Amino acid sequence: MNGRETAKIRLDGVGKRFRAKGDGETALSRVDLEIAAGELICLVGPSGCGKTTLINLLAGFERPSEGILEIDGRAVTGPDPDHIMIFQDYGLFPWKTVLNNVLFGLRARGVPKAEAREKALDALELVGLRVAADRHPHELSGGMKQRVAIARALAVEPSVLFMDEPFAALDAFTRIHLQDELLRIWKEKRTTIVFVTHDLDEAIYLGQRVVLMAPYPGRIQRILHIRLPEPRERTGEDFARIRRELFEEFHLVHKQAQDVSEYSI
Amino acid sequence: MPTLREIFLPLSGFLIFILAWHGVAALGLYSDYLFPPPLAVAQGIVELLRGGELWDYTRTSLLRFAAGYGAAVFVAVPLGLLLGRCTLLWHALDPLIQILRPVSPIAWFPLVSLWFGIGNLPAVVIIFIAAFYPVLLSTVAAVRNVSAVYLKVAANFGASRRDVLWNVIVPAAFPQIAVGLHIAIGAAWIFLVAGEMLGVRSGLGYLIIDSRNNLRTDLVMVGIVLIGLLGLVIDRLVSFGEKWVKRQWEMP
Ligand SMILES: Nc1ncnc2c1ncn2[C@@H]1O[C@H](COP(=O)(O)OP(=O)(O)OP(=O)(O)O)[C@@H](O)[C@H]1O
Ligand SMILES: [Mg+2]
Repeated sequence: MNGRETAKIRLDGVGKRFRAKGDGETALSRVDLEIAAGELICLVGPSGCGKTTLINLLAGFERPSEGILEIDGRAVTGPDPDHIMIFQDYGLFPWKTVLNNVLFGLRARGVPKAEAREKALDALELVGLRVAADRHPHELSGGMKQRVAIARALAVEPSVLFMDEPFAALDAFTRIHLQDELLRIWKEKRTTIVFVTHDLDEAIYLGQRVVLMAPYPGRIQRILHIRLPEPRERTGEDFARIRRELFEEFHLVHKQAQDVSEYSI
Repeated sequence: MPTLREIFLPLSGFLIFILAWHGVAALGLYSDYLFPPPLAVAQGIVELLRGGELWDYTRTSLLRFAAGYGAAVFVAVPLGLLLGRCTLLWHALDPLIQILRPVSPIAWFPLVSLWFGIGNLPAVVIIFIAAFYPVLLSTVAAVRNVSAVYLKVAANFGASRRDVLWNVIVPAAFPQIAVGLHIAIGAAWIFLVAGEMLGVRSGLGYLIIDSRNNLRTDLVMVGIVLIGLLGLVIDRLVSFGEKWVKRQWEMP
């Protein structure tokens, strides 16, 4: 009972079926999970295990077919400006400047013009892109675009950030840089972050906990607490040990998934 | 090199065409009445310029065109935005539109002239019909094509319906709507002539019909040349306007 009260996000027996031909496919089955306020939690798993489905449910873009899904003790009934999603393909408006993209969320919330401008510039400052305020998205690199998307989200001061493979389209160096940037921002803001990735290193580097998911049906396979000294060493001995452990389990899950899909064909 | 391609080649194309035209006429196989030579057409233009009809007819045609096309855009764009957003309404109306769309505006003419009498209105209505469907359909398609992620972002930040429409859907759909506006210009201009051949006593279409009735084939040719040239000019102006708006939007 008291665990419920402290959890920021609570999932209890959450399932999702998409209506397809016949009885429909079970994308998620009986997911139980509690996420604490200010936690950075990573979801990993093979393709099709329901990571996107789960984060879409959390962000209110989809409704669960069963179970209870609460944030701050209230059922999630739709998208909420307090819980902002960041997409892999950025979702920036190409016809708006960087500054106007960041202003969009603030203006939608009715923040007065002058104040909104100040907040937007602060948010751009935070991601190191204040100098690019007057550029358009097509003039930016992928990494810069994602930083603008992060600034746009942070500008409205959400209590939760959902990120669905936000760095997956970026090259390795940019990705590592943005991971560090995200950690820096998270330590400053203590926003609750739910981060989906298919990169085990990324999950171990970022997450306080890593949730390993498995497909057919989509479910939680295992939850790993990452207890590594800060700042984390990507090349350290402990890091390698955790990666090995997770990799073996991931491999197992992956293999099972392949077996199931072979049988079903 | 660009001046060669952009100026010299097109000019020489015209020149060769006019020379060939003149050459065929000079062979004398047909009388000037049946096959007017370019010089006769040039004289026709001068004659109409002197008489003042050229300017009158051109202005009248352009005004009718602007009225019909403008009205079509004014109705079809908002309607397209609505139908693009309301999937149910679109599914209800789509089959009806698919049936009406292939009907040539000319087929409507008997009814149009019964309903709207004679004068400017029937010609304007014909142009309206010709422009309406390309604008409507491209607007609906453009709205339905707006990337889902833009709509998700807007919903996530709690944007109002008005905000979503004006700050997300309209700019996101604009490039594809512009294509429809452009196509509609061509379609409507083609039917300008048809609209003016029936029931009016002015305009470039009327010039052609009237000249034929007076056995003035040189003036028929003048009408054809003018319609072609004006069509080209309008098309270029629209392209220019399209680029200008896109620049205001700073789209890549
Ligand atoms: N809108 C939908 N309609 C029907 N089925 C869907 C829909 N969205 C997802 N699914 C199914 O649900 C399952 C989980 O999909 P989901 O996209 O959540 O996986 P994922 O873990 O995000 O995969 P990836 O790593 O490839 O992004 C898949 O089997 C998928 O086919
Ligand atoms: Mg996914």
